[in-house]
Amino acid sequence: MTTQEIIDKLPYGKSFLFVDELLHIDENGAKGTYTYAKDLPFYESHFKSYPVTPAVILTETMAQIGLVCLGIYLLENIETDQNISIAMTSNAIDFLKPVVPGEKVTITSEKVYFRFNKLSCKVKMENAAGEMVCKGNISGMLISKENG
Amino acid sequence: MNKEEIIEALKTIVEPYSEEVSALAHIDENTDFINDLKINSANLVDIVLDIEEKFNIEIDNDSMAKMLTVKATTEIIVQKLEAHAG
Repeated sequence: MTTQEIIDKLPYGKSFLFVDELLHIDENGAKGTYTYAKDLPFYESHFKSYPVTPAVILTETMAQIGLVCLGIYLLENIETDQNISIAMTSNAIDFLKPVVPGEKVTITSEKVYFRFNKLSCKVKMENAAGEMVCKGNISGMLISKENG
Repeated sequence: MNKEEIIEALKTIVEPYSEEVSALAHIDENTDFINDLKINSANLVDIVLDIEEKFNIEIDNDSMAKMLTVKATTEIIVQKLEAHAG
């Protein structure tokens, strides 16, 4: 399964897709990038006079690259022809630095365990200077649905 | 380890995953993890992983699917411990 095939399988629409490139994926983890375009709609209000990427969006970006892309890859190795849905079930993230409009971030995840369809990952986000922006643990349940 | 000791150990394991104070206080064989303790499927996985560590056993997918009550879980633990000992 190529990294492009994984991106194509992501269940998000254009306005909520936070994955640009998937640089690497194997059974132990994933690495990818995303650039927060300056015209993303939430910057207008978060905050009123100081645009900074909301922590929930950083968390979502970490989850899409670190957990969901990895989950699609892991499930694909187990079963085929199934639609996959993934629900984030818990996260614990430390936010160390703000991410301003236009910044490119790199997300790296490491699988902690994948048992009974629960995937738990250690995930970190770094900015273009290689500084840690946020890090933590994200878990989700992977559900394989029958076609349709 | 007898059944009562297993139930006592289970109680300690499930406690952090449930807010149901009264159901936790009255935990017994008939306690249902989902209906009585309101534990979700994601936390049920963590409980099973904690059980594996605590009892030094391995739980397979079929056993996991059955572990919905204290009674069923205790039976599986006893069975795995016996298989281990034998």
